[in-house]
Amino acid sequence: MDIGKDLVAASATPLVLAILAEGDSYGYAILKRVGELSDGELTWTDGMLYPVLHRLERFGYVEARWGKSETGRRRRYYRLTQEGRAQLEEQRQQWQVVDATLRGIWKDTLERSSERLRPAPGLRAVWRTT
Amino acid sequence: MTSDPPLETQIALWRDYLRRHPAVRGSDVEELEDHLRAQVEGLTEAGLAEDEAFLVAVKRLGNLDAVSREFAREHSERLWKQLVVAPGGKAGEDEAGTSRARTEAAVVIVLATLAAVALKVPELFGFHLFTGGPAAETFYARNFALFVFPFLAGYLVWKREAWESNVWERDGGRRGLVPIVLLFVAGLLFANVYPTLDPRHTLALTATHLPIALWLAVGLAYVGGRWRDQARRMDFVRFSGELFIYYSLIALGGIVLTAFTVQMFQAIGLDVEWLVSRWVLPCGALGAVVIGAWLVEAKQSVIENMAPVLTRLFTPLFTLVLLAFLGTMAWTRTGIGVERDVLIGFDLLLVVVVGLVLYAVSARDPEAPPGAFDALQLLLVLTALVVDAFALAAIAARISAFGFSANKVAALGENVVLLVNLVGSAWLYARFLRGRGSFAALERWQTAYLPVYFIWAWWVVIAFPPLFGFR
Repeated sequence: MDIGKDLVAASATPLVLAILAEGDSYGYAILKRVGELSDGELTWTDGMLYPVLHRLERFGYVEARWGKSETGRRRRYYRLTQEGRAQLEEQRQQWQVVDATLRGIWKDTLERSSERLRPAPGLRAVWRTT
Repeated sequence: MTSDPPLETQIALWRDYLRRHPAVRGSDVEELEDHLRAQVEGLTEAGLAEDEAFLVAVKRLGNLDAVSREFAREHSERLWKQLVVAPGGKAGEDEAGTSRARTEAAVVIVLATLAAVALKVPELFGFHLFTGGPAAETFYARNFALFVFPFLAGYLVWKREAWESNVWERDGGRRGLVPIVLLFVAGLLFANVYPTLDPRHTLALTATHLPIALWLAVGLAYVGGRWRDQARRMDFVRFSGELFIYYSLIALGGIVLTAFTVQMFQAIGLDVEWLVSRWVLPCGALGAVVIGAWLVEAKQSVIENMAPVLTRLFTPLFTLVLLAFLGTMAWTRTGIGVERDVLIGFDLLLVVVVGLVLYAVSARDPEAPPGAFDALQLLLVLTALVVDAFALAAIAARISAFGFSANKVAALGENVVLLVNLVGSAWLYARFLRGRGSFAALERWQTAYLPVYFIWAWWVVIAFPPLFGFR
């Protein structure tokens, strides 16, 4: 499924913060984790992650430091700060409101529409009939 | 992790390309390179060959220009930092980027100073600028481009060499520099070996054409030996246009500065006009060329170019003026009066129109379908051609009555050179608008035509003085 650009951009911040809440990490590993979590459904242009990380650093949500990779290359690691944790909590609440609202309306539409329509992954079909 | 040399070479090339984006700092390059290598390792472990893995990894990283724009959006201050040469952001980070920017600033300042000082060197031998009499006057008129263009070319050569490794090697080592040096030597020679007799028409021609001729040497330095590459030629066209605009802006600032300087010192009873007119203005005017080039290079590819914006603004206006001119001529039934400078005036008109076409072409996405602006461009070119046809008819009459002179032949030659370009442009525009040809053909026509201007300028510099008896 192709997820729209705006949605990817909007979900980037909470996703990166949440992954860093699991532990310190670096760009490539963060992207790998995103792939695992979404079963490869959520794909980013890899290069675009770094400006996002730098923005989070500017806001003070993450800290960066240079370390070494297993093979001895210089690698930049990111760590969630206290402020980042607070931001993550706030974003989590916001997303929950959005999620709950959407679930509510989708449940209603589903009940009203034909019984053959299946829930969740087939949402596109719902849109087509409404 | 051991890697084959080919992979290392590919990564080095990729790194060089990424480094050229001013919004991406050295530490960002390093971070992205770590990502690229981790990705390549992951993919080779999954069974891909190294070169395949590299291609996939680069693809996943995304279009570097787009990534760079994201960096620019996030770090817009960096672009300005580069210009004002601020010390690097965080300690220990990004040393490579900052030190390179510093070295570049130092090189630029040294070269600009050298250009400014070079102008005053002939004064040691009695050739005083403005006050040295006719001998000094003609000396400076013939040579002024030689005081600054070599330094400008030097900066570009230095930059290509320091930033884009192997750029000259690809074309056979530093032999790429030979034509640049030869052009400057030739310029120096032909500007100074010919005698000058009254009424000095050929001298005026040399003075106006030598800068154009020597701009070729600057161009060769700019393209870094890849002068056959049409895209690089177009880059040089963009560079020239932006430099012209930056230079004009710097000149405006310089005028304000000098006006204040003179006035303030006048207020305390000191006359500094001699200092301003003999040192500040002429030396500043030359140094500003190198500084302007530096600014253009620094903001390259990040901020929207100015020349195409001006083109958009003035194409409709010039078209309107030309149409009004033709309309008035038809209404009042007057022909073009043949004054002395009329041909030069129409040459300049054609220069403006060619410039408008060139810079519209330089900024247009060749893939985009024909639009209203393209039709407007064609209209502009066609009206310019009609106006020029009237002017040429008038001039032909004058030449048949009064004979040839160096000025007339030069102006006529220029007219033909520009006319051919515009006829070709009109033809290709028409084909493109009717869906019979691609826009890329028009772009190729423009870049392929560039050498013609330089050949004509050199022809005037080299052949005209002897042809017209140095008069």
